[in-house]
Amino acid sequence: MGGPEVEHLIGLLSKLPGMGPRSARRAALKMLQQPESRMLPLAAALREAAEAVKPCADCGNLDSQDPCTICADEHRDRSIICVVEGVGDLWALERARVHTGLYHVLGGTLSALSGIGPEDLNIPLLLSRIAEGEVAEVILALGATVDGAATAHWLTDQIRPTGVAITRVGQGVPMGGALDVLDDGTLAAALRTRRGA
Amino acid sequence: MEWDAPAIILDTRPYGEGDAVATVMTEEHGVHRGLARGGSSRGKAGTWQAGNMVQVRWTARMSDQLGSFSGELIHAGAAYAMQEALPLSMLTAICAVAEGALPEREPMPLVFNGLLRLIPRLPLGESLLTELVQWECVVLSELGYGLDLSVCTVTGRTDGLAYVSPKTGRAVTEAGAGAWADKLLPLPDFLVGAGKPDLIGWRDGLRLTGHFLARDAFGHLHRPLPLARAMLYDRISAMAAQILKDDETKDAG
Repeated sequence: MGGPEVEHLIGLLSKLPGMGPRSARRAALKMLQQPESRMLPLAAALREAAEAVKPCADCGNLDSQDPCTICADEHRDRSIICVVEGVGDLWALERARVHTGLYHVLGGTLSALSGIGPEDLNIPLLLSRIAEGEVAEVILALGATVDGAATAHWLTDQIRPTGVAITRVGQGVPMGGALDVLDDGTLAAALRTRRGA
Repeated sequence: MEWDAPAIILDTRPYGEGDAVATVMTEEHGVHRGLARGGSSRGKAGTWQAGNMVQVRWTARMSDQLGSFSGELIHAGAAYAMQEALPLSMLTAICAVAEGALPEREPMPLVFNGLLRLIPRLPLGESLLTELVQWECVVLSELGYGLDLSVCTVTGRTDGLAYVSPKTGRAVTEAGAGAWADKLLPLPDFLVGAGKPDLIGWRDGLRLTGHFLARDAFGHLHRPLPLARAMLYDRISAMAAQILKDDETKDAG
């Protein structure tokens, strides 16, 4: 159907997140029907991004400049570093415009069960950024999973001796969430982290 | 083929975009793997966390296939344990030991019931270390590598047991150990039903069971002791070293 080139294209597209063979076939067909307006600009953009975008040497964010736009921004509060698991989490926080400090992307979480240790993550760079002395607070914005919590505890143990304030993002009732549909663990976390009204 | 049972999740590994290959333990079916559809998706990742207890349904066309899991959360053990470092470290250690050391699809009710008693109480912290070490002794025993802590292998005495032979796993008294004492593993009092457990005892207990788990349970599978278990020992060892250091400072003062 359409020759090996089309099958190859569908095969590559179907490996992308959110895409399966059927949606990849639809996307490929749409592009092939309008190669000049859709396919060639996309190919050019893909090549351009692949060549230009690299991980930031300071924080691990993906950007076409190094240091990245966030690290290079002089208006950012350089005394606060928000530690996130991946670039997707960084983008989510930036989209919400709730953090005005810098970031640090770990590139994953420690997993004692899967054997992922500190040396497999971007942790030494975080510790060296803290050791430079400009940082006053580290926010651990990691997932509420066993691995995320293990990473947060491990980082807390490592950072505490430096005297830098360490905070963690809150856990509990989501916006628009009703208590009766929450699981026991979320309810327990919400009650444990309650604050004065 | 299908069954339905309460299960403890031991491990989940992402598979594809939103699925996960989960390893669970049940009383009747032992350690069992299966594909949890959506197990690493946003909606269900909270359920498929190691340490959670779920009502699991396993279905497969034939018994030797991986099969699929569907599960409903019964107790969010992971969420309760992950608030503090030590309970979380204990949780990941016991899950890693059970997942790595136990044979698949072989019922081990004593090990399962031990996990069932331990996991909900992990937030209590270090006071649960006694039970954790005892549970590891049960794991060794169920695997056929049980320790004999009832009698001294040298003198035949049943009191004053102070060491365990790293070769045979049998207890030895102080007198029986003689010049070999520093080649033997210290036996904490709480494992022979005497004395109040403390950090030094828990450290020695973890060292003792860790030695035999590494040599027998994991060694025979050509695998090292799981990182999670090694990290628990390191944490307790560091806490015990701090206690000893504080005592020395107090004495010097």
